[in-house]
Amino acid sequence: MFYLKRILFCIPLLLVISFLSFSLVRLAPGGPFDKERKPASPEIERQLRAKYHLDEPVLKQYWRFLKGAVQGDLGPSLKYRNQNVTDIILQGLPVSLTLGSIAFVFALAVGIPLGCATAARRGRWVDMAGSFFALLAVCIPGFVAGPILIMLFALHWRWFPVGLWESPLHAVLPALTLGLFYAGKIARLMREGMLSVLPAEFIVTARAKGASEVAVLWRHAFRLAVLPVVSYSGPLLADLLTGSFVVENIFQIPGIGVFMVNSALNRDYPLVIGLVLVYAALLLILNMLVDFFYSVLDPRVRYE
Amino acid sequence: MTAPISHRARAWQRFAHNRLAVVSVGFLGLLLLAILAGPLVWPYDPTVPTGQQFQPPDFKHWFGTDVHGRDLLARVLYGARISLLVGAVGTAVSLFIGVLWGAVAGYLGGRLDAALMRVVDVLYSLPSIVFVIVLITTLEDLFKRWLVHWLSPQWGGVARLLFLFAGLGAVSWLTMARIVRGQVLSLRTRGFVEASRALGANHWQIIRWHILPNVRGIVIAYLVLTVPSVILSESFLSYLGLGIQPPQASLGSLIADGAGQINPIRMYWWLITMPGMVLVSTLLALNYFGDGMREALETRE
Repeated sequence: MFYLKRILFCIPLLLVISFLSFSLVRLAPGGPFDKERKPASPEIERQLRAKYHLDEPVLKQYWRFLKGAVQGDLGPSLKYRNQNVTDIILQGLPVSLTLGSIAFVFALAVGIPLGCATAARRGRWVDMAGSFFALLAVCIPGFVAGPILIMLFALHWRWFPVGLWESPLHAVLPALTLGLFYAGKIARLMREGMLSVLPAEFIVTARAKGASEVAVLWRHAFRLAVLPVVSYSGPLLADLLTGSFVVENIFQIPGIGVFMVNSALNRDYPLVIGLVLVYAALLLILNMLVDFFYSVLDPRVRYE
Repeated sequence: MTAPISHRARAWQRFAHNRLAVVSVGFLGLLLLAILAGPLVWPYDPTVPTGQQFQPPDFKHWFGTDVHGRDLLARVLYGARISLLVGAVGTAVSLFIGVLWGAVAGYLGGRLDAALMRVVDVLYSLPSIVFVIVLITTLEDLFKRWLVHWLSPQWGGVARLLFLFAGLGAVSWLTMARIVRGQVLSLRTRGFVEASRALGANHWQIIRWHILPNVRGIVIAYLVLTVPSVILSESFLSYLGLGIQPPQASLGSLIADGAGQINPIRMYWWLITMPGMVLVSTLLALNYFGDGMREALETRE
C-alpha cells in the first residue's frame, strides 16, 4: 500500500519536472536551428519549425509531447536528424546502467570493509590511514582521476584499453574513476554508522558472551551500522548519475551521460527533456528501492 | 582543580588538539597568501605567452608551461582565485537560503515544517547539477542581454560568474537547511527559551538572543564543509565547458585544458597533475578543517 502511494506520488512529480524543463528550454533565447545549422532562407526555417511543431503555442506543444510520452514516444531529436529521442536513450541507457552498476558494486566492495576496519581500529594508525584515503577518494574528482589513470594505465603501461566499450577490460578504468568517490563516501558513512552502534548494549552483551571481534562486527553490529549508508544511497545514486557525464566524456563511452551536456548546449529540446525525465524516473525508482531495503534491514521501520 | 572554562574555549581546545585540522588551516592560510600575494611576486603573467610551449616543470617554471607557452603556476594561482571566489560566494548564497529555510521550518514547526522538509528530501534525491546545467544553457543569454541592457556592456563578461554564484548556491543549501532545522527544533523546547517566552519575549527577540547564538557554531562548521562541495561543482561544470569561460580560468577549466592535451605520443602530465593537485589538496584541507570544527563543537560531555 505504501509503495502504491509512493508510485502515485511520482506521477505528479514527473509531470511537474517535465513541465518545468519544457517551459524552461522553450524560454531560452536561441533556437535549435541557430549557428552552423542555420537554414538557407527564412522560408525553410519556417517550414522546419512547422515540421517540428515549434510554431505552436507552448501549452499545445506540451500536450502533444505528453500524449507521445505516455506511448513511449519522446519525439524526434532536433540535432541527430532521423533519430528518435527514445531510440537514442534506449541505445545509451544499458551502457550507462552497466557502468553505473559496476562502479556502485566496486564502491560498496571497497567502502564497506574500509569503513568497518577504520571504525574497529578507531584512533590507531589503520584508522588514520584508512580515513585519510577515504577522504582523499572523496576529494579527487573524476575529471582529475580519469585522465591520470588513462595516462598511467592506458598510455604509459598499456595495461587497459580505453576509448571503446567492447570487452570487460574496457570497463575497468571508467568504473574505477566513477566508483572512487562513492567508495570514499561509503567508507566514511560506514565508519560513522559503526561508531554509533558499537557502544550499544547489545554489542557489549555479544562481547561478554565471548563472540569474536569479527563476529561482533559482521553478525551483530553491521545490520544497524549500514543504515546510514542505505539511507544516503538516494543522493549518492544521484551523484553517480552526474558523475557519469564526466566519466563517459573522458573515456568516450557511448552512454546517455554524454548526451545530457551536449543536448543542452545544442538546444535539442526533446532530447534534453527526455533525458531529464529518464534521470528523474530512474532516481525515483532507485529511491523507492532504497526505502524498501531500509525497511528490510531495520525492522523498526515500517511503512504503513 | 582547573578553572571553569566556557563552552567555546573548550571547543577551541579540542580543535587545537586535532593535528590534521590545524595543519589544514595552515595550508589554507598559505594558499590564500599565495593566491593574493603570488601574482605580485611571481614574474610571469597568466595570459602572456613566454614563447616556450610545453615546458616541463623546472626552476624557471615551477609548474611548467601550457600549449600557448603560458606559465602554468601563474595560471593556477589565477584559477584558484576564481575557484575560491565561486566557492565563497556560492556558499554565502547557500547559507542565506539554507538558514532561512531550516530556521522557518524548525521554529514554526507543524505542517509547514513537514512540507518544507519534504521539499528538501525530494530535491536531495534529484541530480541538482542537471538543473544548473539546464539553467545555465537556457537562461544565460537572456540574463546576459538583460545585464548589458540595464547596467553596462562590461557586465556581459561576468554574467557566467554571477550565474555560477547563484546557481551553485541555489543547489547547495539542502544540508544546511537540515542541520539548522534540527538544531532549532531542539532549541525551541529547551528551558531557557521557554523561560524567555514566559517572560514575554517575542519571536524576534527569542531568535536574536537564544536561537542564533546557539546555532552559529555548527552553521560555521557546515559552511566550511559547503565550500569544497561548491568548488567541486564549479570545477565539474568548468570541466564540461559550462563553467568559467576563457580568457578567465578556474582550476576546473585548467584541468579540462590539460585533459584535452592527452595523446599517446607525448605525455604533458604536468598540465593536469599540477592544477589537479592544487584542487585536491584544497578540497582535502577544507574538509579536514570543517570536520575538525564539527567534531569540536558536536562532542557532548
